[in-house]
Amino acid sequence: MASEITGAQALVNALEDSGVDVMFGIPGGAILPAYDPIFDSKIRHILVRHEQGAGHAATGYAQVTGRVGVCIATSGPGATNLVTPIADAQMDSVPIVAITGQVPSAAIGTDAFQEADIRGITMPVTKHNYLITDPAQIPRAIAEAFYIASSGRPGPVLVDIAKDALQRMTSYNYPKKLNLLGYNPQIEPNSEAIRDAASLIAQSSKPIFYIGGGVIKANAAKDLLVLAELVGAPVVTTLMARGAFPDSHSQHLGMPGMHGTVAAVTGLQKADLLITLGARFDDRVTGKLSTFAPNAKIIHADIDPAEIGKNRYADVPIIGDLGPIIRALIPAVKAEFAKNKADITQWWKQMNSLRQKYPLGYNQPSDGSLSPQYVIERIGEITGPDGIYVAGVGQHQMWASQFVKYEKPRTWLNSGGLGTMGYAVPAAMGAKVGAPDTPVWAIDGDGCFQMTNQELVTCALNDIPIKVAVINNESLGMVRQWQTLFYKERYSNTDLHSKRIPDFAKLAEAMGCVGLRCESKGDVDKIIKEANAINDAPVVVDFSVYRDAMVWPMVAAGTSNDDILIAKEMAPDWDSQEL
Amino acid sequence: MAQHTLSVLVENSPGVLARVASLFSRRGYNIDSLAVGPTESPEISRITIVLNLEGHALDQVSAQLFKLVNVIGIQEMEDKNSHQRELLMVKVNSTADNRPKIEAVVGKYRASIVSQASSSLTIEAIGNSAEIAALLGELSSFGIKELVQSGLIALENGDATLAERTLQETGLASSSTHSQTEDYQN
Repeated sequence: MASEITGAQALVNALEDSGVDVMFGIPGGAILPAYDPIFDSKIRHILVRHEQGAGHAATGYAQVTGRVGVCIATSGPGATNLVTPIADAQMDSVPIVAITGQVPSAAIGTDAFQEADIRGITMPVTKHNYLITDPAQIPRAIAEAFYIASSGRPGPVLVDIAKDALQRMTSYNYPKKLNLLGYNPQIEPNSEAIRDAASLIAQSSKPIFYIGGGVIKANAAKDLLVLAELVGAPVVTTLMARGAFPDSHSQHLGMPGMHGTVAAVTGLQKADLLITLGARFDDRVTGKLSTFAPNAKIIHADIDPAEIGKNRYADVPIIGDLGPIIRALIPAVKAEFAKNKADITQWWKQMNSLRQKYPLGYNQPSDGSLSPQYVIERIGEITGPDGIYVAGVGQHQMWASQFVKYEKPRTWLNSGGLGTMGYAVPAAMGAKVGAPDTPVWAIDGDGCFQMTNQELVTCALNDIPIKVAVINNESLGMVRQWQTLFYKERYSNTDLHSKRIPDFAKLAEAMGCVGLRCESKGDVDKIIKEANAINDAPVVVDFSVYRDAMVWPMVAAGTSNDDILIAKEMAPDWDSQEL
Repeated sequence: MAQHTLSVLVENSPGVLARVASLFSRRGYNIDSLAVGPTESPEISRITIVLNLEGHALDQVSAQLFKLVNVIGIQEMEDKNSHQRELLMVKVNSTADNRPKIEAVVGKYRASIVSQASSSLTIEAIGNSAEIAALLGELSSFGIKELVQSGLIALENGDATLAERTLQETGLASSSTHSQTEDYQN
């Protein structure tokens, strides 16, 4: 029998044996025993400046690499600071494992110093969680956490470990076999469902692919391309699926939803068949649910059975991993097409007409100031489709989704489900750690940036040279847009004055980054190129932009997708469309 | 409004009841009654939930429940194929005058008087929800001082068991955990 080691050493061994190469965290009292063996471990530990940064960094790392991201914090406030990124990872199905220290087991329940019931707190926002008080349970809990986080529908798993469990001695055995009685995700699809889906596809004269983030999680983008070209139908990619299908592809209509393209939104509305792959009929996509895609039959493929029928009835549900599902659909569709294939030429005529008439676009500001959309578009064009783009939440996020062109999966990161302002800087940090040779641009707002910019210190000290574009409209822009549209231009508490305070370039310099400023259109390309050329330090560019730019098109919250507007009080000219 | 009874096998691990309760609370499902207890296996507990579903499909509730890692199996218990019982204890105002009447009601429902005091009787009854409700209806005319009721429990009729059914459905009985052996390393 192997000699005994501390629970803390067992934790670090188990993390190493789970394949962890990097983790983001901050030590504190209850987790301190673990930090001693971390000092000697081959795992790279990146000391962040706020636990929220550790959590989003783990998420960014996981989204770029497809591996499990790891964050670690102490009990009480350390753990509660992880709650936002954990909830964020849960909503966007990102595999992360969060390790937290807990007060000694004898003190649990006594309101001890830095005690918080983090297992109870995170129960509704984790895929699963653990409270470990016995050191012998640590290796199994860690192994299970990695398996649960990464398999099935990915998600966050929290392992809370009492301080005395880290200190006590135990023998170490990394489990070779897990035995989770109640957890056995279905991978292979039911063949009857595949045949039914193929049959519907062959009969449909107005089919459309409704692609969600699941395609990226399943690493199924290449398979999707084959299936989509075989079927020949229009494709829309949701906010979480940008990059799952090339933007340059002629079948791609863009993003659907609240700020989707007219063609993508209308395509879903008018289709007779939605081929839904790894998407979940989120309210931001469906608009008013009762009026969503009223004439469409639904094929709904997802690894999570609870998504089937949650918001919209599925005529053909397919449960399983999207890789095997799409690969099974390809021959099944071919077989159906050999028998019959409905004509979709007329459907394409309609879609092409919408696409030509209502392309994404924006006006240059009338006052001569810098257009935020132009800045974001140029960052994408100059950096190219090999770059990784990470957005915060708000107008800049929508523009980054609309005006950067994505060709590959795992190049677009954002907080889609939870809508976490402050996501961009720490997630970009994690992304850069996961893809050190790829340029990583955080496209952030001045509001978002002020929530988590302290992680630039972490970036500067740890050789993580991310680039940050602060799209500075000196306001909480999306909220301001809603105030413009729905609250009679009463701008209650959305003015941030951030062209005056803080000085973002100076702030960047103070944090060990290069700080740049850009105020005019003529300087945009030069400054982006300058930022791209700097690879030995993080760069922050303060783009001072037009504050009244708005995100269009727009389906107002709670209204029907049929009521999409292409500009203020301006609906598409439906009468001229043959729909 | 439709009432359903779900039998749920769960791992007997700390916090599992909180997970189930939290899920129901978070998703807005209404629980009418809840009973938790041990089973034939020390590692497994059984939760019987009576639900009032308004605007939620039973399939969706089951699917959400089944997402909990500690939930091993779920089955709907229907009147026609299961035995369902709840336990009632009720303290009824009683005088020498009305006592024979109370005894008649108790006899009619095969309930029993478990304790007698100067001005009250304590009655215990076991029955399905309709029987318990009917008994309470009749006793209420005497004046109910206090009552306590258990959650409903249910067991499927016939040879089949939920544990067997669950293990077969999930494939855990045979090739069980092969997918869990190698895939989980990062």
